[in-house]
Amino acid sequence: MEQLIQQLVNGISLGSIYALIALGYTMVYGIVKLINFAHGDVFMVGAFIGFYSITILDLGIFPALLISMAACALFGVLIERIAYKPLRNATRIAALITAIGVSLFIEYGTIYIRGAQPEAYPNGIVPLKSIEILGVKISGQSLLILAVSIFLMILLQFIVYKTKIGKAMRAVSHDQDAAKLMGINVNNTISATFAIGSALAGAAGVVFGIYYTKIEPLMGIIPGLKAFVAAVLGGIGIIPGAMAGGLLLGVIEALVSAAGFSLWRDGVAFVVLILILIFRPAGLFGKNVREKV
Amino acid sequence: MKLGKHVKGFWLSIVLAVIFSIIIQFLISGGTLNSFYVNTLFSIGINIILAVSLHLIIGITGQFSIGHAGFLAIGAYISAIITMKLTLPFPVALLAGGASAAVAGLIIGIPTLRLRGDYLAIATLGFGEIMRIVFLNIDYVGGASGMTVTHLTTWPWLISCVLITIIVIVNFTNSTHGRACLAIRENEIAADAMGINTTYYKVMAFVIGAFFAGVAGGLHAHNFYIIQPANFGFLKSFDILILVVIGGLESMSGSVIAAILLTIISTFLSNYPEVRMVIYSLVLIVMMLFRPQGLMGTKEFTSFFKVGKSTKGGSQDGSKHTVA
Repeated sequence: MEQLIQQLVNGISLGSIYALIALGYTMVYGIVKLINFAHGDVFMVGAFIGFYSITILDLGIFPALLISMAACALFGVLIERIAYKPLRNATRIAALITAIGVSLFIEYGTIYIRGAQPEAYPNGIVPLKSIEILGVKISGQSLLILAVSIFLMILLQFIVYKTKIGKAMRAVSHDQDAAKLMGINVNNTISATFAIGSALAGAAGVVFGIYYTKIEPLMGIIPGLKAFVAAVLGGIGIIPGAMAGGLLLGVIEALVSAAGFSLWRDGVAFVVLILILIFRPAGLFGKNVREKV
Repeated sequence: MKLGKHVKGFWLSIVLAVIFSIIIQFLISGGTLNSFYVNTLFSIGINIILAVSLHLIIGITGQFSIGHAGFLAIGAYISAIITMKLTLPFPVALLAGGASAAVAGLIIGIPTLRLRGDYLAIATLGFGEIMRIVFLNIDYVGGASGMTVTHLTTWPWLISCVLITIIVIVNFTNSTHGRACLAIRENEIAADAMGINTTYYKVMAFVIGAFFAGVAGGLHAHNFYIIQPANFGFLKSFDILILVVIGGLESMSGSVIAAILLTIISTFLSNYPEVRMVIYSLVLIVMMLFRPQGLMGTKEFTSFFKVGKSTKGGSQDGSKHTVA
């Protein structure tokens, strides 16, 4: 029983990382209908920026987190402006292939610049101590992940529902042309979406590094794909759906590992994906939209 | 009559290809070509089969599938089991590899082909990853360390598989079934309204594509001495996708030409894998920005035989309403 709860705690930590990445996927998909395959690699870049801020600049964990988020936000906007903006009216397949190209470019560009060797986040940088509740030990890293992700999700809710740019984002994702007619600057709104989503991925990268220690240039592929699964699971384009989907996927994976099938863990995420696509393609939180001819 | 000319040009190129391959066979058995060139030729052949079979799914039927490496893996492992564990002859292994990939295509195709565009892409990607993880976890086929296979792929086998693939897929495209698939690509709802059983034709194209990918898997397994699950990850699927996209989604000869060119380029860059991937990705991005229709656009190789005439029916205005 205790072990089960322990696994649940692990699953929730992992799931909140997925949720942070999934938020970026879902926001971008909601607004430009593009699966941003490069998102997992923004996550990787965030992890490396956090790592270099901690080791080379000798910063604490929170300044490193902020630097990583800011740099990733800039990086995300850059990707959007250079690669995706010229393709806004192109076919979906062209945009998707460009996204794959950008993803490969970031991965192998990073390997080309700094080599493929992994790095390890230093130990003992987490200011939080581990606590014990009812015999279940929750490590400082898990607490940090939970605190950071809950704070960022509340902040995101605030931005999306209470600020002007959030209102613009919702308007553009609802109907781009109508939003344009209402005087909303669509290009800036899309860039803002990429910035926010990438900042969340950067934060996820840093907390991932702290939790799992090891980071490497190709680390973004699998978490990126799984975060996408999480976004689809919750209903793509729906922000609370991405959070719930991420947590659910993390818990499912932890339970599968706990049941002794840890090698099948990666496969389970994709089985979940195919099942959800077959039985409820709109996702758990989504509404079925009838297709108009 | 236009179609007749087109067909004549096609068979002419097949005859030329046969003559070419006989010459190559003499060069190989005479020892003129060293093993480096022979290996490159074999990789080109396998990549042509993969590109052409994916072209049928993406280019002709308009179903965006990025899990082709999954079928390749099934073909490779099943054929390797048949020759290595059951010690049956190589052609049986090739057919069985193809057939099992086709069955997998049927099983995965029936539910997922109801999905459209991005969702289908992601579902097939998931399928490819699941296949990789399944083979990773089966100890019978060696798990992560892989399975050793004897070298049985020879030039006659390879080139006949390539030519059969091309002939079957070209004839399929020009048949009633192929026309139905093209209609689905152009507009699925309209095709449905015209009485085309869209699910049937989508699954059919998917199964045929999977079959040839399985055959390619058999050739691949018996060419490289060892097969490992890591070789069939989704990067492999992307490699195949890149061949189809760079060649031109609507042109089968484009897929063939891209398979030849890119295999040669990547063979020469194989000592610098990072540079190779950086160049690949840049080519992909620049291509999508400036020439999204690919190298060949909608042209076929055979259309160069008759200059100045429009070759076949279909979109004459050069409009590219394609997939998704």
